[in-house]
Amino acid sequence: MSGRDTVLGRIRRALADVPRTERPEDVQVTRDYLRVHGARTPERTADLLATNLADYRALVHRCSAGEPAELIARLLAQRGSASVLVPDGLPPEWMAAVRGPVRITDRAASTPQELDAVDSVVTGCAVAIAETGTIVLDGGPAQGRRRITLVPDHHICVVRVPEQVVDSVPQGLERLDPSRPLTWISGPSATSDIELDRVEGVHGPRTLEVVLVTE
Amino acid sequence: MSGRTYLGLPAFPEAAAQSTRNATLRGNLRRATHTIRDKRARAVAELDDWQRLRAAGAAIKTRTLRHLDHYLGQAEAAVTAAGGQVHWAADGAEANRIVTELVRATGETEVVKVKSMATQEIGLNDALAGAGITACETDLAELIVQLGDDLPSHILVPAIHRNRSEIRDIFRERMADWGRPAPDGLTDRPAELAEAARLHLREKFLRAKVAVSGANFVVAESGTLVVVESEGNGRMCLTLPETLISVVGIEKVVPTWQDLEVFLQLLPRSSTAERMNPYTSMWTGTTDGDGPRNFHLVLLDNGRTDTLADTVGRQALRCIRCSACLNVCPVYERAGGHAYGSAYPGPIGAILMPQLRGTDSELDASLPFASSLCGACYEVCPVAIDIPEVLVHLRERVVEGGEVVRGGTKVTIRPAKGHAAERAAMRAARWTLDHPGALRTAQRLASRTRRLHPRRLPGPGRAWSDTRAVPEVPAEPFRDWWRRTREESTK
Repeated sequence: MSGRDTVLGRIRRALADVPRTERPEDVQVTRDYLRVHGARTPERTADLLATNLADYRALVHRCSAGEPAELIARLLAQRGSASVLVPDGLPPEWMAAVRGPVRITDRAASTPQELDAVDSVVTGCAVAIAETGTIVLDGGPAQGRRRITLVPDHHICVVRVPEQVVDSVPQGLERLDPSRPLTWISGPSATSDIELDRVEGVHGPRTLEVVLVTE
Repeated sequence: MSGRTYLGLPAFPEAAAQSTRNATLRGNLRRATHTIRDKRARAVAELDDWQRLRAAGAAIKTRTLRHLDHYLGQAEAAVTAAGGQVHWAADGAEANRIVTELVRATGETEVVKVKSMATQEIGLNDALAGAGITACETDLAELIVQLGDDLPSHILVPAIHRNRSEIRDIFRERMADWGRPAPDGLTDRPAELAEAARLHLREKFLRAKVAVSGANFVVAESGTLVVVESEGNGRMCLTLPETLISVVGIEKVVPTWQDLEVFLQLLPRSSTAERMNPYTSMWTGTTDGDGPRNFHLVLLDNGRTDTLADTVGRQALRCIRCSACLNVCPVYERAGGHAYGSAYPGPIGAILMPQLRGTDSELDASLPFASSLCGACYEVCPVAIDIPEVLVHLRERVVEGGEVVRGGTKVTIRPAKGHAAERAAMRAARWTLDHPGALRTAQRLASRTRRLHPRRLPGPGRAWSDTRAVPEVPAEPFRDWWRRTREESTK
């Protein structure tokens, strides 16, 4: 007998007390929990996102629609980055003011070692969740494959406000497609493994800068 | 370089008698558990609907468990359709065999690992070592445990029993044996220790071809796996290698994508006391050009179906491994995780292991008694597992014996040895309580002889009174007092 038949057979015997006529949806799940914790205007939601991102040590910058180019160029200069990775679909105007760093495009053949030599990466995101201070990447336009926001030590992520911002985890999930590879990011990498005290900066980018662009 | 194993560890009372004398261990545990306890309370208090989320989490898990065959079939179909391959393992040995074969087929002799309770449970690292494959743990705490030839002592923070200076010493002495040595002049500052781990593991991540992980959730309807983590080691393992093998307990499945809205709120706040953990990865099969080209899901039984067969004990399978119950447990805080003798310590371990492994060994039979039944574990459990209820149920099973399912087959276990006095006392108590005249006589006798009562109990009660004061018997039995005062007041 295959492992599959063995395990499924055991499960059916173990559930002998469950009436044969019972369907999964007959087991009541009451979803009376909140969709959103509190009522906010879109402005307040963006403020909360900024507060919660900063609370987990992301560096948050805000600007209006015409300004991200200057801001991104300044952030890269301050960091002293010699190279910056740019995924497909990144709006060209975001990089329009970047002069110094060499621009690198991610290719399928790029190895992790090559990515490790890149100083910074600039991406967009799929959605941002205010209540938890989370940005989610889904590999769509301006986001690239998962490794490009992981190996470089400096990640600049641009969030379009209010379009890409939701209040809560339930609202965030509604916007996402499970068939895509998803990365939820809430602050830079961290660990609590030494005496359960939080320390920022382990394997993922140690500096996460989030640019909230109000449109 | 395979570390210690849990095999042949002493029963809880002996192990705890040792560990409670270790002042460093007690200090480390007290500091860590109290820190996280207060933070968790604050994180939970932010959500007005916590109890409703908790009820929904419990209900979703109950729905899943009552129809587990249905949901596993759905998950298998979805993962397969998305380009993954699904394997089924009835026990740990079979899972180890499957993973070893999959690694062998790649020709690699080194794998990187994301922290995974399931692979700790089945001793995968030792099995791989036996086949000449080195498994490198990449979670910081798992790394500390692996480098120190140690055993995990906590679900979330396996090295919770180590303080910063012990960690520094382990890094200095052992990192060179596994790869890049610790930087010169390493101090015990947590940030420096984290940096040392980053440098040590980076070369392993960048060259790794095969990774092994577990998963926090498997969404049945979409075939999506979810790994919740903090450091980024999970992301490294889940995205850089060519082959990914995920070993996942069959109870980790949740029915729908929407169900994640409950668990992604419950888990981080219960576990690390954060609104959200730094990184959560979700993947469905394979994606062209992004991440591993080969994905294998190994669905693990290893005693879970036996647990499912127990209508009281099955609620233990709702567990999402947050470890909140460990952090509030007075017994865990004093005895430490190693005393529980498995990858699952603390209150959840005390109800999980005697069900997953059975109660044949003295250790597993002792676990349901490793509790004061204070109920703090139930209060904090995000999926409302009534741990005290299951503890009492398992105590009864150990003492009385009875019918259970082991390895998929019904067997009758005999009452455990060493509980004869308890059984005799319970029988005597039952008889006395059924005979009011005898009870009255015994109580009066006890009151009148109270001056003669010893401070320590003789015979089988001695062990109990070794560490406790024997309660004083009142001068007058309650029933006598009741009659006297009532008769006086009605006069």
